[in-house]
Amino acid sequence: MIEIGLGHYLSLGAIIFFLGVIGIFLNRKNVIVILMSIELILLAVNINLISFSIFSGDIVGQIFTMLILTVAAAEAAIGLAIIVVYYRNRGSIRVEDIHGMKG
Amino acid sequence: MIVHSIFFYFFSIIAIFSSLMVITSRSTINSVFFLILDFISVGCLFIMVGAEFLGMILLIVYVGAVAVLFLFVVMMLNVAEQKQSWFIGKKSTHIPTGLIVSVLILLELLVVVGGWKYKEDVMSSSTLVLSNISNTHQLGLVMYTDYILYFQLAGVVLLLAMIGAILLTFRERVGVKKQSYLNQISRSPSTAIELREVKSNEGVKIDD
Repeated sequence: MIEIGLGHYLSLGAIIFFLGVIGIFLNRKNVIVILMSIELILLAVNINLISFSIFSGDIVGQIFTMLILTVAAAEAAIGLAIIVVYYRNRGSIRVEDIHGMKG
Repeated sequence: MIVHSIFFYFFSIIAIFSSLMVITSRSTINSVFFLILDFISVGCLFIMVGAEFLGMILLIVYVGAVAVLFLFVVMMLNVAEQKQSWFIGKKSTHIPTGLIVSVLILLELLVVVGGWKYKEDVMSSSTLVLSNISNTHQLGLVMYTDYILYFQLAGVVLLLAMIGAILLTFRERVGVKKQSYLNQISRSPSTAIELREVKSNEGVKIDD
């Protein structure tokens, strides 16, 4: 409990991942919160990679983390641009109002 | 070691609480602020565990760019009056399924973490951490040599994201006068100046 090991960091990553997944499923508000949940999931993955990298003494995990940061930033930019265009066309980004594909 | 555990629990409790508030807070702007708090506390955890460069990158890139981008979009789209309505309103059928799937994912992850044993001396990589140089130095030594292709590909991904975002949100407005360089520099005196005979006491009509 006092000795902080790899398991503590992996548990933290698991909990944040769980909260991100539950945020995607339970969200009834708007699509921006879904994008923020995806950011939480990527953050949890980064926690896992960095803790493995530190505790096993290999630097490559941090490089993967950096690539994930890049992809996450690109995904946020594209997703927010899509949301802006959707709002301009439809006037709403509520999750219930987005049913153009009848899914 | 006791200081390490105290800081770990402090920052991780803040991170878990703020990620809980991201998905449950009533207004979107509060969600963005809690997302910023989450990034900051996880960045402090990264710095504390020894990955200083990525902690700083998380603080700069995420808090400084991505979260501010979220703030801009929330500000532009006027979603402030769309309050959170979790279980009221239209009956939703996917919430129990989502809860079951999420809890199962958490339980599986915790089982994996709890029952996992690290095999000793399994690492035989050429990129093991050297202890006499700093974290940023090590990262640069590996990233610009062994992983230079991935580094360049990350730059390409960012370029494509920038082009895509500009292309998606670009809008051709009608009725707005714009400067046209080609028309400006391709004028000649014969098209720009017109000579007219002005009769006495009649004037001349211009700009017709």
